[in-house]
Amino acid sequence: MTERLESLLRDAFPDAEELSVADRTGGGDHFQVTLASRRFDGLSLVDQHRLVYDALAAPLADGTIHELRIKTRGAG
Amino acid sequence: MSDLKEQIEQIIATEDVALFMKGTPQFAMCGNSQRALEALRRAGAPVTAVDILPDPQIRQELSAVSGWPTIPQVFVRGELVGGADIVEELAQSGELEQMLEQKLGSEYRGAGEERVVPVP
Repeated sequence: MTERLESLLRDAFPDAEELSVADRTGGGDHFQVTLASRRFDGLSLVDQHRLVYDALAAPLADGTIHELRIKTRGAG
Repeated sequence: MSDLKEQIEQIIATEDVALFMKGTPQFAMCGNSQRALEALRRAGAPVTAVDILPDPQIRQELSAVSGWPTIPQVFVRGELVGGADIVEELAQSGELEQMLEQKLGSEYRGAGEERVVPVP
């Protein structure tokens, strides 16, 4: 499952300087996303996280993701 | 269910610090709700909590209003601050207390008791 999320994020953030998805519990539904991208430069944390949510809208909507932790930063 | 939507919008608009969470401050039913609550408590925020678990409609309407898909959600004076990760990050950097002082005034720490508002 981490591969699916990673590929969705890679599509949305092709320039990502850092991108990782960890399965926090081994159960395939609690994830930690860590992402650094130029797209985040100048955005508030709320707007940075919104971009991540947008990229993961499908697995969030279909219940694949039960819990999501997000750590983002710009690349600037 | 527009009544429910109006009630949620009303809470967001009128409460100083609104925390939509799973469970209550006395008994959080989710680690992230607990993390957000603790970060707010450390900052001395006057938290008004709403338990979204009693009715799935609450969460649906809330996310429709805020455009934020996950729980918890923290609002200060009507503005979405974020979920557990953001609130924790802002608390650690000191920005949360700064924001609370800016929006609620420097006396915000003594301003209110932690309380729970029932919805619907």
